[in-house]
Amino acid sequence: MAGAPKQDDVVICIRGLVTGFGRKTIHDHLDLDVRRGEVLGVVGGSGSGKSVLLRAIIGLIRPREGTVKVFGQPLGEVEGGEMHRLEMRWGVLFQEGALFSSQTVAENIQVPLREYTNMSQELMDEIAAVKLSLVGLPPDAAHKYPSELSGGMKKRAGLARALALDPELLFLDEPTSGLDPISADGFDALIRQLQESLGLTVFMVTHDIDSLRAVADRIAVLVNGKIITGTIAELRKNPDPWIQEYFSGTRGRAALEGTEA
Amino acid sequence: MIEAASDAPEAWFTLDRDGGRLTLGGAWVTAHCAQLDKALGGQDWNGRGDVAIDASKLERLDSAGAWLVLRTRKSLEAVGRKVSRLDLPEMYVPLLKAVEGAKPCEPYVSRIPPGFRGRLYRIGRATVHAGRQGWSILGYLGRVTVEAAEALVRPARNLRIPAIFHQVEETGINALPIVGLLAFLIGIVLAYQGADQLKRFGAEIFTINLLGVGVLREIGGLITAIIVAGRSGSAFTAHIGTMRVNEEIDAMQTMGLNTVETLVLPRIIGLVIALPLLTFYSDVMGLLGGAFMCYFQLGITIHVFLRQLQDAITLNTLLVGLVKAPVFAFVIALVGCYEGFQVERNAASVGLLTTRAVVEGIFLVIVLDAAFSVMFSVLGV
Repeated sequence: MAGAPKQDDVVICIRGLVTGFGRKTIHDHLDLDVRRGEVLGVVGGSGSGKSVLLRAIIGLIRPREGTVKVFGQPLGEVEGGEMHRLEMRWGVLFQEGALFSSQTVAENIQVPLREYTNMSQELMDEIAAVKLSLVGLPPDAAHKYPSELSGGMKKRAGLARALALDPELLFLDEPTSGLDPISADGFDALIRQLQESLGLTVFMVTHDIDSLRAVADRIAVLVNGKIITGTIAELRKNPDPWIQEYFSGTRGRAALEGTEA
Repeated sequence: MIEAASDAPEAWFTLDRDGGRLTLGGAWVTAHCAQLDKALGGQDWNGRGDVAIDASKLERLDSAGAWLVLRTRKSLEAVGRKVSRLDLPEMYVPLLKAVEGAKPCEPYVSRIPPGFRGRLYRIGRATVHAGRQGWSILGYLGRVTVEAAEALVRPARNLRIPAIFHQVEETGINALPIVGLLAFLIGIVLAYQGADQLKRFGAEIFTINLLGVGVLREIGGLITAIIVAGRSGSAFTAHIGTMRVNEEIDAMQTMGLNTVETLVLPRIIGLVIALPLLTFYSDVMGLLGGAFMCYFQLGITIHVFLRQLQDAITLNTLLVGLVKAPVFAFVIALVGCYEGFQVERNAASVGLLTTRAVVEGIFLVIVLDAAFSVMFSVLGV
């Protein structure tokens, strides 16, 4: 992907996005491009609007100004069936997995399949098993209810549901938060592996500098309502005090040790 | 149902005439899997010799499609044919490898046997559950009684007065409009139906006796208790249940706060204060509704109404109705709080137990009302 990205290669295109609650402005004329096939890590301090940005892109929040185009389609203008078709092309993993608590893991994965396709129950069961193995859950997890799963397993199950329709674009909201370091490393490796084998574009909101290093191709930092993008190496040279603090604080340094600055 | 995105080419497969070569093409993606599954299921794989699967013409492939490719290979092998090769575009090789590792889930076997035995099993399970529930509520009643007694002995320390008054406001004052309106309407209905029947005997004036005794002894209290069970009993369960889901109850316990004292007693005491007052208000509104109907339907003036009412009822009639209210209140609040503490940490549980609290609350109110009727008739009140 050398040189300027072609229009086709931009999966998410945000121009002049303004969002806010009440009097508070969260994003102030923000621009961002996410290219096909990349893993973009979004970081920022608490309250800087990472999750809000994600919710604005998937249409859960209406922006005050600006446009968000996903797959070239401007959100807010597409409606009904067109919007459904768009939603089928992305998958979202919410922070706590957001599994439907009254359904088993297999049923959770089959929800979008049942809604959007007319597969036989047998085929859906088989596909649920495929998704479970893709996210590294044992087959016997299929018939468990979300309340019977640990936090890490819930996230994997949530990821399996997000992958149910084989989306091209995957949104992850803090995929490694609340996981122990070993599970978090496992999850990072999983995301990378899935991204490679399924050819996904990944938009990942995170706090976790380890997972940025392990997974992200590019990083977008939210500072003062704007966004600054670059690789880790590029961002470390950025003079912004928050970015300096983030990558050069004790945690940042420890995580980045061994990578070239 | 959404049809496949228009840019996705159809998926197809062909088996050549001697059955030695299976060609796959088009977009083997989730949107086409249902069709493909049917077509593949209808295909006869029998034949002789090796098969070569040529998937190099695939335009798109996703994990569901990859699974179908692998399953096709499996079904070929299942009929005893060897798959000599599987050609695939380079870019899809990692995907196929990732899907290949999938282990089939064992089908879910329900512990409940089918048929008659299953029904027996369910009945048995429900009975055991009901028994345990009853036992557990009894235990809870004991705990609440002990705590309440302790609180009443040392009210300054253990009784939370502001919380109690908050509950009186929530369950009593805020319920005034709905209770008043419904009682008024019930009064109208009762007077109308009574007048209609009694007119045949020329005894319209006794509509007032019917109304007075009916509303004060039974209807006023019952209607109010049922409304409050639906309104406040459910609110107790939902509130305490949501606190459980949020781990707030756990947090309170670790801080050494007594949950019965902080959450349950104010609700019970608040409702025990509020419900008798509400019942009195409801009685008044019911009689007002009746008087309204008598005036317009029978032409009975308010003067005549009041004089007849005084003949029909005594203070006892009112008290018999009112004495039941605190008992109803106690049961409604107890069940509401108890069910709130039974909530598990999932969304469905809150809804389920809220429903149960309302149903149990209304059930117990009516059962108790019947018990009171029997008791009063034995006592000759």
